[in-house]
Amino acid sequence: MSKINLVAEPGSYEIRTSREFNAPRALVFKALTDPALVAKWWGLKSTKTEIVQMEAKPGGLWRYIERDDNGEYAFRGVYHSVSPEQIVYTFEFEGMPGHVCMSTTTLEENNGKTTLTESSVFQSVEDRDGMLQSGMEEGATESWDSLEELLQSMQ
Amino acid sequence: MGELTELLDITQPGVSKHLRVLREAGLVRVRKDAQRRWYELNPEPLAEIEAWLQPYRRLIEARYERLDQLLNELQHEENDDEQD
Repeated sequence: MSKINLVAEPGSYEIRTSREFNAPRALVFKALTDPALVAKWWGLKSTKTEIVQMEAKPGGLWRYIERDDNGEYAFRGVYHSVSPEQIVYTFEFEGMPGHVCMSTTTLEENNGKTTLTESSVFQSVEDRDGMLQSGMEEGATESWDSLEELLQSMQ
Repeated sequence: MGELTELLDITQPGVSKHLRVLREAGLVRVRKDAQRRWYELNPEPLAEIEAWLQPYRRLIEARYERLDQLLNELQHEENDDEQD
């Protein structure tokens, strides 16, 4: 059973995901806004993530580079609003300049657990669908790695 | 259909309407015999949607799994600090 809830309605410009974390909101917020911590979880397992710039405040810029044996992939955007309840920012893959999506991350705490909801709105259905398929290779590799880890932990 | 009406506690026209939408979406199939209409689930379109969402789901799942592990580590560190 998947731990994440993923919604992408037909003909919509949006992807919505949510997941519950067993940690208070302040800590989740810290993991989302502290560059040293973001470097540990944001990138793919098969890549090394460099946080080139990250100012989590209104008008602040962010830029990450992911590197693997095949090359590097850079992503960037702007923070529009940042609070422990909600972070609004833009996201753009530098390989496809001009295709920008706006994301709203909402953090809700309940009994010491935090639900993270992310809504990403693209400029077109095509862009939205492109993002849904972009994880193809990486996603598959990741999941095999995760499965391997799981199997090892069960032995 | 009679069974569904009882189970769901909505009127028969209501059930008809819902079933029509599900049938048009390809999510249920209907089989008729003399007296009755038998509806059965057709899971294939759902499997298609799931396959289409799979790459992104895996990507985000793996990313959030790492975030989850990091949050666990951070909490353990905090607890250790309190004990010192």
